Amino acid sequence: MNKVFKYFVIDILRNKTVIFYTLFLFIVTFTLFSFEENTAKGLLSLLNIILFIVPLISIIFSTIYVYNCSEFIELLICQPLKRKYIWLSLFTGLAFSLCLSFLIGCGIPVLIYEPTSTGLILVITGCLLSVIFVSIALLATVTTRDKAKGIGKAILLWLYFALIFDGLVLFLLFQFAEYPLEKMMMAISGLNPIDLSRIIVLLRLDVSALMGYTGAVFKDFFGTTLGFGVALLALSLWAIVPLLISTKKFRTKDL
Amino acid sequence: MIELKNISKNFAKFQALKDINLTCEKGQCIALIGPNGSGKTTLIKSILGMVVPEKGEILFKGKSIKNDFEYRAEIGYMPQIGRYPDNMTIGQIFEMMKDIRKSKDSTFDEELINNFELKKIFDKRMRTLSGGTRQKVSAALAFLFNANVLILDEPTAGLDPLSADILKEKIIKENKKGKLIIITSHILSELDELISHLIYMQDGKIRFYKKIDELKNESGQAKLSKAISTLMHEAI
Repeated sequence: MNKVFKYFVIDILRNKTVIFYTLFLFIVTFTLFSFEENTAKGLLSLLNIILFIVPLISIIFSTIYVYNCSEFIELLICQPLKRKYIWLSLFTGLAFSLCLSFLIGCGIPVLIYEPTSTGLILVITGCLLSVIFVSIALLATVTTRDKAKGIGKAILLWLYFALIFDGLVLFLLFQFAEYPLEKMMMAISGLNPIDLSRIIVLLRLDVSALMGYTGAVFKDFFGTTLGFGVALLALSLWAIVPLLISTKKFRTKDL
Repeated sequence: MIELKNISKNFAKFQALKDINLTCEKGQCIALIGPNGSGKTTLIKSILGMVVPEKGEILFKGKSIKNDFEYRAEIGYMPQIGRYPDNMTIGQIFEMMKDIRKSKDSTFDEELINNFELKKIFDKRMRTLSGGTRQKVSAALAFLFNANVLILDEPTAGLDPLSADILKEKIIKENKKGKLIIITSHILSELDELISHLIYMQDGKIRFYKKIDELKNESGQAKLSKAISTLMHEAI
């Protein structure tokens, strides 16, 4: 077993923030399902909360954690260990802990109340989002030495993906309202992992009818197995590409 | 054992190391001295692979350290400021490092842990420790793995006289076994009995690299501190 990974996980799971995050998800999920008669409605409300909270906590917690364990990383670097190995252990440690947190807090209640494929897909996207935003956080920290700047960067990145991106898309849509943008919208949605996750789950919830013609086009593509596969692939790329870049940068970083 | 060839390193516009050439052999005990900001720590960190120089090559036992990591198994490093995960206890730190670094033929040298009486405070958390106790932990960690090369950055800064003596004796003992030891320090008087060679750095360059006997003969001074200050005046 990977030893460094083990020490990271032990350290992260003892962190109060992670425990609090798990409890918070657990309480929110249970409350939503007990208030709503219709579990599909509960799932929809839960989706909106997950798409907001999971990326936020993943990116901010990871950023702060990486800066706080810079001592530990320094200590590890002068041991006979590969730098790539240390960095990947840090990534897997964070991703594993946050996924575990999400699975306990959100996954278990969802699979109790809604043991359908839709519930399962919601849980999978939540985990993927955790991994993606850990990966983005590592990229933000490796390029910034200053802790305050690094956390600022992480917050801005989250704001961009959670709010600003949607604003930009809406702006585009209104500006080019006369043109058929439906096909292009699918490509654009691939540029934001949060949007992509939202589409994947929404299409399963049969509320896509509310999304008009674009919704229909989306359903035609993302509703099929192929489209679903493509969306999952795009999400995986969102996790892998930033990780690869940050690993490359970390290998030549001065400490 | 360690060979540096034309090493240069820049931090933004500041040139920390300028074309450094250096060879260190087994059994030497080298003092690395120089004013603040002269590049001592950068030089040490380059050897450890913590800082990646832009130009030049570092050879460890004839092999380039670039993209290599296994050579670090033969180095024990004691940092200037030992920084450790805050919420681990001293005992856990030692257990973890043993776990991470252990190999088939590893024997642990726990002499310093015993002499510093660290076992008594094994359950203390790292964040509660004083600077001196941290130094003791760093020193004990550096010597723990019986490494052939010991790199000590300001080893006795912050240690009480008694502990500093324990550490010095340990350094002499290990040096006699034929280990290469590199020490940086500002306290010249305490280096006197330890070292065999001396490197003086200034502005990212090596001003001189000499045997202690030579140095004393050239300057006509019997005390190391006086010998160095005479030579430093000449250099300026």
